[in-house]
Amino acid sequence: MDDLLSILNGLHPEVDYETEDGLIDSGILDSFDIVTLVTEIQDTFDVTLDASDIVPENFNSAGAIYALIEKKQEEDA
Amino acid sequence: MLFTSYAFLGFLLILFVLYYVLPGKAKIVLLLIASYFFYLSSGLWGGIYIGVTTVTVYVFSLFIGRTLDGSKAFLSSPEGKALSKDEKKLKKDQAKRKATLFMAFCIMINIGILAVVKTLGTMRTDILVPLGISFYTLQSLSYLIDVKRGTEKAEKNILKVALFISFFPLTVQGPISRFSELKDTLFVPHKFEWKNVSYGLTRMLFGYFKKLVIADRLSAGVLTIIADTGIYGGGYAFLLLILYTAELYADFTGGIDIAIGAAEVMGIKVPENFNCPYFSTSLKEYWRRWHITMCNWFKNYVFYPVSISKWMGKIKKFTGSHFGAYMGKRIPVYISSFIVWFLTGIWHGIGWNFITWGLLNFAILMISEELEPLYDRFHKRFSFSNTFGYKVFMMIRTFILICFLNLFDCFSNVGQTFSVMGSVFTGGKYAEAFGGGIFEIGLSRADLLIAGIAIIIVFLVSVFKQKAPVRDRMQNLPMWCRCILIGGLFVAVIVFGTYGIGYDASQFIYNRF
Repeated sequence: MDDLLSILNGLHPEVDYETEDGLIDSGILDSFDIVTLVTEIQDTFDVTLDASDIVPENFNSAGAIYALIEKKQEEDA
Repeated sequence: MLFTSYAFLGFLLILFVLYYVLPGKAKIVLLLIASYFFYLSSGLWGGIYIGVTTVTVYVFSLFIGRTLDGSKAFLSSPEGKALSKDEKKLKKDQAKRKATLFMAFCIMINIGILAVVKTLGTMRTDILVPLGISFYTLQSLSYLIDVKRGTEKAEKNILKVALFISFFPLTVQGPISRFSELKDTLFVPHKFEWKNVSYGLTRMLFGYFKKLVIADRLSAGVLTIIADTGIYGGGYAFLLLILYTAELYADFTGGIDIAIGAAEVMGIKVPENFNCPYFSTSLKEYWRRWHITMCNWFKNYVFYPVSISKWMGKIKKFTGSHFGAYMGKRIPVYISSFIVWFLTGIWHGIGWNFITWGLLNFAILMISEELEPLYDRFHKRFSFSNTFGYKVFMMIRTFILICFLNLFDCFSNVGQTFSVMGSVFTGGKYAEAFGGGIFEIGLSRADLLIAGIAIIIVFLVSVFKQKAPVRDRMQNLPMWCRCILIGGLFVAVIVFGTYGIGYDASQFIYNRF
């Protein structure tokens, strides 16, 4: 989770990722951020994300993003 | 069969009655027969194209589904579980590669047909482009790609796939719907519910109001100005901007209202395609509110796949290491957006006008993105920029920008489009155009008055629906009040609609795309 928070803080340090649950719905993450985030997640966690994974439910909070990463790691195992 | 023809109304009446009379699954078969009847009524040859798309998408989605399911089943078997991690990955990758090949082959067939047909249709006037081919091709490919992604199961019943691709309200101009958005209501037999019928018919009536009272009335003036921009420059060009944008809005949203309403009468839910687009305060927001299903298609099936692809990752790393982290973040989105807007342009039509239109949208959107920090500072510095008045100013500014961009629909010659744009500023003739000339472009005073009042009504409906859906709000009104509103709308369509003897029923503008 620390690695993920580090990536997210690199994008928007002003956001409190512990409590924020509307990263997409509130427009905090735009398409530039999403593309950067996905690329960095793939590099850091050695998982492959598909375009079909890019839905608000998976990216609205740090917890949801981490759950997606865990799911992908399980699939790749 | 045009949505605005008496034949279509007769077809709908028979269909609605039969739909609610027939039992269970027979309703689904009826919908398929009705959809093909509707489709073939626009030309028997069109059936070949939609038939090829249906069969190829059905067969290849089954191949993909079997390949992926077979791989999963093997890996879950004792034999598969005994494999090492690397061997499992290899098996998975092999299955994915095979599925990708099936998908790519099917996409090539269908995009190939679309490209050839549209190119020939542009080059030769004797070749007709099959009804809605741009729309049903995207819709069917979304299903194929979803099966490949594993978010949708390959449907074994070809009749369901055929109905999904040919469902008649959507073939003319969308909304471009995903299989997941339609399957829960399209393949389920619905019992008669007064709410569905009344909501659907009201929506259709409002669609006819927009199409017949506004769009088709204004089209005479639009066509007159387009036909001779030499005479009709300056103030007339300005009139063209406004009239065509009003016509396009009423035509496209009206057609979609008819489509969604017709489906709703039978209890079938179709995704929305608009959300008050002219209330947008920026072009970026406009593209979240206008033709939503097309934008979502390109976002889901082009923008994100390209943006997060491996080769784009390499470009990102290269630009990041050579030009800094900021450019590393921007370049992949720029490239992906460029591809999306280029494809959106040629999807609308094979012509430089549409490509230029797409790339101009791209350029404006990217420049706006770069200027975002400047806008933020401006809004923080000047408090008036957060007022309602300033918001209205931004809406008008965006509206004018869209009016100019829409001009690319009107002329196939890009040079002529820019010339007309320039004429708005330098062509003069404003006194002439607004001093009586406006009544000499095929529009009478009555036409303009009727269209003007109708536009105000449409605007007010858009304002009312900001708080809650208008039809829900109407339910809170007394019965007599609802009767007056719906009856008034009906009478307005009958009395002020542009139809009848001598009227050349025009196809919807978006059906050309």
